[in-house]
Amino acid sequence: MSDIPNRKPETGAFFARDRAWHPPAYAPGYKTSVLRSPQRALLSLDGTISEITGPVFGHSIIGELDNDLIHNFARPGESAIGERIIVHGRVLDERRRPVAGALVEFWQANAGGRYRHKKETYLAAIDPNFGGCGRCITDEYGQYSFRTIRPGAYPWPNGVNDWRPAHIHFSIFGHGFAQRLITQMYFEGDPMIWKCPIVGTIPDKAAIEQLIAPLDWGNTIPMDARAYKFDIVLRGRRSTLFENRLEGN
Amino acid sequence: MQEFGYLKETPSQTAGPYVHIGLTPNFCDIGGVYAEDLGSAMVNDRTLGERITVTGHVYDGTGALVRDAVVEIWQADSAGLYNSPSEMRGTADPNFTGWGRCPTSAEDGAYVFETVKPGRVPFKDGSMMAPHISFWIVARGINIGLHTRMYFPEEADANNADPLLSRIEHRERTATMIASRDDTTYTFDIRLQGEQETVFLDI
Repeated sequence: MSDIPNRKPETGAFFARDRAWHPPAYAPGYKTSVLRSPQRALLSLDGTISEITGPVFGHSIIGELDNDLIHNFARPGESAIGERIIVHGRVLDERRRPVAGALVEFWQANAGGRYRHKKETYLAAIDPNFGGCGRCITDEYGQYSFRTIRPGAYPWPNGVNDWRPAHIHFSIFGHGFAQRLITQMYFEGDPMIWKCPIVGTIPDKAAIEQLIAPLDWGNTIPMDARAYKFDIVLRGRRSTLFENRLEGN
Repeated sequence: MQEFGYLKETPSQTAGPYVHIGLTPNFCDIGGVYAEDLGSAMVNDRTLGERITVTGHVYDGTGALVRDAVVEIWQADSAGLYNSPSEMRGTADPNFTGWGRCPTSAEDGAYVFETVKPGRVPFKDGSMMAPHISFWIVARGINIGLHTRMYFPEEADANNADPLLSRIEHRERTATMIASRDDTTYTFDIRLQGEQETVFLDI
């Protein structure tokens, strides 16, 4: 844990979450949600210090290969098999301000759609040089980037013939525990996106589009790796203008 | 008229069944990438305060164990200060992270945190909230992470006056946010759905 340099600490409460934009808890097209969704209403609470604070991680936790999934599990001199890509973007808040010092963690299947996990039984092969996890911390402009292998589509036992689109899971820490977010990134042009029951838990097409990373030709490195851009938006904070006049307003 | 120019928050998606690969790779036998799983140690031998163990299980709507959840907690130190740049009241114990992350076990479904009992922190009106630990739960089948709080059973007076617990309209539901205690071990079970459903928060 460490301070974020050169930034005034922020102490405002967060904008209320638009829960019509996020997927609802109960989304029966995604079968597991049926028994794992609360039935009672959430109890609403404007953020207290317990929610507007959160852990912040120093760059010291980041190892040299943490943002290189092509090599961070590979044997010396070898690399993971598949389409080499760079994924990069910015972490912003709803007020368009960069979120510096945000921890971004990500995980994914290999090029064949196989996860390295003991509960996973898909018959596609494990890549001995691919682990599937990585992390980075955003810089002062909110930027992050990593190199990886484009993941494959993946079949799963939901409907008889359901397949996940190629996707990368993201976990993001902003500066407050109430900003905590886990989501998934999809790839421009993938026809599987619009067939997926997990994508389909999101009611608004515009919200789904926010999870689709466009191919970023400008940042593609010739003879090396293509690039995709994925910006992430966390909850904005209220201005602290009035926070010191609790009795007055 | 002027425009706000606000962005929309990135929509949530489930963490899925293989969340451990990303959040706790050592736990699922992906060794050598990170030295240790983040959030696995909250205290060291110099941490101030009363050592406690917080454990429990997560249950689905049929009462079955959820063995593929990840639980994160966030709490103040023993003096009631958060280890966060947004903490303006003082400097928290440098030997206490305040944040922990633990998967529920594939075998018995339990999560376990070794931590300290948090001090009290103020509500927005300046009154003190009862000691509590903030929880965040993700898993396959959970489309957006669930927030709740754990309170302490020996703090009956503080709990009765707590501004959050006081807002629970159906009074019997407050019990779902209060752990049970056996010596220094607190058990806090989370029921996602049904009869004893835990109170979850929109914070």
